[in-house]
Amino acid sequence: MMLDLGDLGFEQGAHILLQRALGPLRPGEELGVAGLDPALVMHVEVWCRAKGHLTRRADDNDDGIRVWVTRGRADLDRWVHAERAGGPSPHGIVNEPPAHWGLAARGALVEPGGPPIAADLASRELVWADLAPSLYANAAASQWDPATAIAWDAPVDLVPEIERAVVQVMTFLVENEQAALVVPARLLARIHPHFREVLQLLAVQAADEARHVEVFTRRALLTGGEMGTSSVSGRESLATLLREPDFSMASFLLSVLGEGSFLNLLTFIDRNAPDPVTRQVARMARQDEARHVAFGVAHLQHQGTLDRTLLGRLRGAIEQRHETLISSAGLNQDVFDSLVVLAAGEWSPAGIRRGYAAVQQLQAEMDEGRQHRLVRLGFPHDEAAELSALHTRNFM
Amino acid sequence: MTLLMGAVAYDPKVVTIWGGFRSWLNDNGLPFDFVLYSQYERQAEDLAQGRIDAAWNSPLSWIRSRRLAQASGRTLTPLVMRDTDRDLRSLIVVRADSPFKDVADLKGETVAVGAVDSPQATLLPLSYLASRNVQVDVRRFDVGVGLHGDHIGGERDAARALVSGTVAAACMIDSNHLLFGKEGTLPAGSTRVIGQTEPFDHCNMTVGETVSDQTRADFAELLLSMSYTDPKVRPLFDLEGLTRWEPGRVSGYPPLERAVDETGFYDAAGAVTAADYRP
Repeated sequence: MMLDLGDLGFEQGAHILLQRALGPLRPGEELGVAGLDPALVMHVEVWCRAKGHLTRRADDNDDGIRVWVTRGRADLDRWVHAERAGGPSPHGIVNEPPAHWGLAARGALVEPGGPPIAADLASRELVWADLAPSLYANAAASQWDPATAIAWDAPVDLVPEIERAVVQVMTFLVENEQAALVVPARLLARIHPHFREVLQLLAVQAADEARHVEVFTRRALLTGGEMGTSSVSGRESLATLLREPDFSMASFLLSVLGEGSFLNLLTFIDRNAPDPVTRQVARMARQDEARHVAFGVAHLQHQGTLDRTLLGRLRGAIEQRHETLISSAGLNQDVFDSLVVLAAGEWSPAGIRRGYAAVQQLQAEMDEGRQHRLVRLGFPHDEAAELSALHTRNFM
Repeated sequence: MTLLMGAVAYDPKVVTIWGGFRSWLNDNGLPFDFVLYSQYERQAEDLAQGRIDAAWNSPLSWIRSRRLAQASGRTLTPLVMRDTDRDLRSLIVVRADSPFKDVADLKGETVAVGAVDSPQATLLPLSYLASRNVQVDVRRFDVGVGLHGDHIGGERDAARALVSGTVAAACMIDSNHLLFGKEGTLPAGSTRVIGQTEPFDHCNMTVGETVSDQTRADFAELLLSMSYTDPKVRPLFDLEGLTRWEPGRVSGYPPLERAVDETGFYDAAGAVTAADYRP
């Protein structure tokens, strides 16, 4: 066997050709190397020494060959216990990916050893939902640009009190969306990257919330005023979401119950918005939230098929959160009143009556939606009604 | 009893390497620990005097500790060495566009070398030039003195001096000629090699008589059994730059013994006699 490197030197990548030529040889077989680089022999010796190949200098009778390489086996030894990290498609997902696969691409050939990844959510049972790949694809295709998706120059000319109500609602939305951003971001950092579609979906979910935070803030400040108020009770309610360590419980409380209720809230704002910008930001955000709820429900439905204790644990999570928040004041009064004013759209007894009724209707719709999703997860109707009633008065 | 080895901390990775070896050896039944030295001379003295049982020795500290031990009636053994410690060469390098065709042409010219105590970038190549009666002006780059050339900063500075045209030639080990070429210190094709030493050996694991023959044999057997297929071993081998341990040998050290004698670096009993050597 012979390799002619021409005038290519080892400072210019000649090792790649040598490595390729050695590849098919068996350890112990010899390869003659020819070439014009004056430093060729020395550099072949250096490279081979480091890679575990042996060399001997050729003599004058070797027909242009300048150095002989005896193939070693270090490159083979490196991969002798290597394994594929499952397969690239969702069918290739393994139930319990080892921690040392770490950040390796699914389906990659993984050299054994290396640092274990600190991912405590590393079981298919814990994190997977069959819907995740298609939801991710849908989410990726549905991304929108806050700069262009909203007609920011549409006329917004509300009486000051109505404008203040809109600003207060937007302030409340930003606070809630920040929780909805942090929760999936924290969870995704704990999930084994082998379940990459779940990571991708949660990453897009966090990115969705980042956009929502932006558009709600921009709407709040559109007319040059200040942000509204943030109550202790609102932050208390959201803090319980951030404290939930269990992936399924966090997904349940945030996506199924919290964002589920937000779907109704955003529909309400869309329907009752006193100006086109407010309507548009609510509508765009709602599209995204529907996906988040869908993943939460799909994940828990999948969990329910594997874990007969799931419903009991979900019930426990609701009850525990209720207990934690029982002494809390619930929804910020400013927010409730602002929703009434927003729906009233005018400063008159008739308007306020209409707005108040609309908010009561909203709360009924939220309750109905929660019950519906709880039933989909397998709760009987009466229990679903009981549990829905325990949901935080803060909506999220 | 725990076998205590010395190593010189020429780089932070030394802690990772020997910490890893320590765990592996202990896991495999050999009580082993190490101490770190800031330079090779104190390690050579401690090994020769039996204050440590073994030392990861540079070729120069092998020579010194062997001479010191021998002078006091002790014997040291080069137990194992890396596959990459065998048959190295140092090179005499000139600029490609220079008129020098042969090392004889360097007579009276300025030649850049590494640190005073670098076997590969100073002692061996200067001995090689002397053996050919080539008298040169030496321009030394003393970086990391006491580390016996493990710190290649002086060698790199010598290569830079060659590129900048302030010296006629520079001395370096073959692997650093390639390294400096790849990293751009020596632009590809900008140099020519006009001389190379005979092959010589580099580091070895030296063991003294403070441990039993059995322990010495166990230590050697364990090291030689370390496999590149082992995921716990491979990262350590990659860091330390070997793919397997080989039995130690003394046949690769005569060129450096000669160079040490010619320059009066150490005397026959291992005392430091180099006038301008301050480790």
